Amino acid sequence: MKYELARKIVLPMLVFAALIGVWSFIASVVENFPTPTSTYIAAFGGVDADGNEVTGVLADPFYIANDDDKGIFWQILASLERVFSGFIIAIIVGVPLGLMVGMSKSAQYAFDPFIQIFKPVSPLAWLPLLLFIFQDINMTAISTIFVTSIWPIIVNTALGVRNVSPDYLNVAKVLQFTPIEKVRKIILPVAVPFIFTGMRLSLGIAWLVIVAAEMLTGGIGIGFWIWDEYNNLNYHHIIIGIIIVGVVGFLLDLIMGKIADYFDYRKKGRA
Amino acid sequence: MADQKFLHLENIEKRFHIPGKPDYVAVTNVDLEIKQNEIISIIGHSGCGKSTLLNMISGLDMQTGGYIFLQGKEVVGPGPDRAVVFQNHSLLPWLTVYQNIEMAVKKVMPELSKDELKARVEKFVTMVNLDHAKDKLPDEISGGMKQRVGIARALAIKPKVLLMDEPFGALDSLTRANLQEHLMRIQQNVQNTVIIITHDVDEAVLLSDRVIMMTNGPEATIGEILEVNLPRPRDRVALQKDPEYTRCREAILSFLYEKFAKEDE
Repeated sequence: MKYELARKIVLPMLVFAALIGVWSFIASVVENFPTPTSTYIAAFGGVDADGNEVTGVLADPFYIANDDDKGIFWQILASLERVFSGFIIAIIVGVPLGLMVGMSKSAQYAFDPFIQIFKPVSPLAWLPLLLFIFQDINMTAISTIFVTSIWPIIVNTALGVRNVSPDYLNVAKVLQFTPIEKVRKIILPVAVPFIFTGMRLSLGIAWLVIVAAEMLTGGIGIGFWIWDEYNNLNYHHIIIGIIIVGVVGFLLDLIMGKIADYFDYRKKGRA
Repeated sequence: MADQKFLHLENIEKRFHIPGKPDYVAVTNVDLEIKQNEIISIIGHSGCGKSTLLNMISGLDMQTGGYIFLQGKEVVGPGPDRAVVFQNHSLLPWLTVYQNIEMAVKKVMPELSKDELKARVEKFVTMVNLDHAKDKLPDEISGGMKQRVGIARALAIKPKVLLMDEPFGALDSLTRANLQEHLMRIQQNVQNTVIIITHDVDEAVLLSDRVIMMTNGPEATIGEILEVNLPRPRDRVALQKDPEYTRCREAILSFLYEKFAKEDE
């Protein structure tokens, strides 16, 4: 047990050291590439190589200088707001659609070809079209996330419905459940874990996509911020941005996983 | 007092369309009258259409010919007046023992008050001796206990007919005997009309008033009907020496293994 714990701590630290090594090597080869030390200072504040006092990006994440210059917290918040707006609309539309496709052969035949065709389209391909429709950065970002999130939700919801054992449906038939009772009492309990798997996938992809979408739309958001810092020649901030995107994405997945487990009857009362 | 035509099967036929081939006739020419509170077994080799027959009575499957009447009303689909105990118990795994029964009672008897509902569910939990496990999930109890829940759930909705599709088929022989005892004890208290599908000769004789023997498919039909004239309550150990028990067993065995032996089994 103790050995296992030691391995869990020591091995990632070794990999971390190796990463820092590779990073330092790249910094020594590529001109002007931020070093690990200078990136640390850019993140948390201190005195940089030129002797200037630097306020770190993470030291003051809440500042608002003006509408175009806000702290990193506001950038992340703006991105999260867009992701969740699009994501929630996708759930509202996707789950009923998935239930239909899963329950009715007709609905399956009707929708399946289009789901199969649109699912592999990169959400960013929709972006110019959506920008043209909405002429608004925020709406465009949200609707891009909607188009991103909806496919895994539909597909996994339908999969969950098809996973309902015919035996359970026979029980529903003998008891003469109405269609709504059938959905509520038999189909949803089976399908919910699948729906949450779909939602977890969706949210992961949405977080990937928002960064790229914001680079294209501009304005505010963590994706735009990274691109903006590139234009400002603040290369340190790009690296900080990457790490922040990673950490936030990891946390989103972790929370989504916990919520999914909570609604999964197979994991209730165990642990 | 008992309606002679309680459950009536009239010239039942089930055929399946197979594209490019002649129709497969699974069951044909089945005429059967079942009296109220009668326990009958339907026995036959696998593939004789006995489960198909039960599914048609339950309404989960429709016959392609003939009629089924329950108390003079034609059976056209599934309904709670014909409760089914499925072979694989079919409990909903996300509901506890109590909730599984409650769900059925709630739906079939919406007029019950909260207290009446609770009392009824608990009565049937007690009837199958599962008070200690009523808050357990199906995955946390044994196969025999699950099947008892299945029986309780079916009986709790006060069906006119209890249909059991090889209810104990998936259980070991000791558990099976235990469940047979449960069923007989319950039947002593609450009179029910019961139809049991089985392939177990002893089970058929022990439980039934009449044993319906099916010929082999295709075109399976009723071969013989055997009256089991044994008084109740029946004791499985004492029965072993009863000449009537022996006669019944032999009659079924001879039907199954002499007249309608199946080579490929």
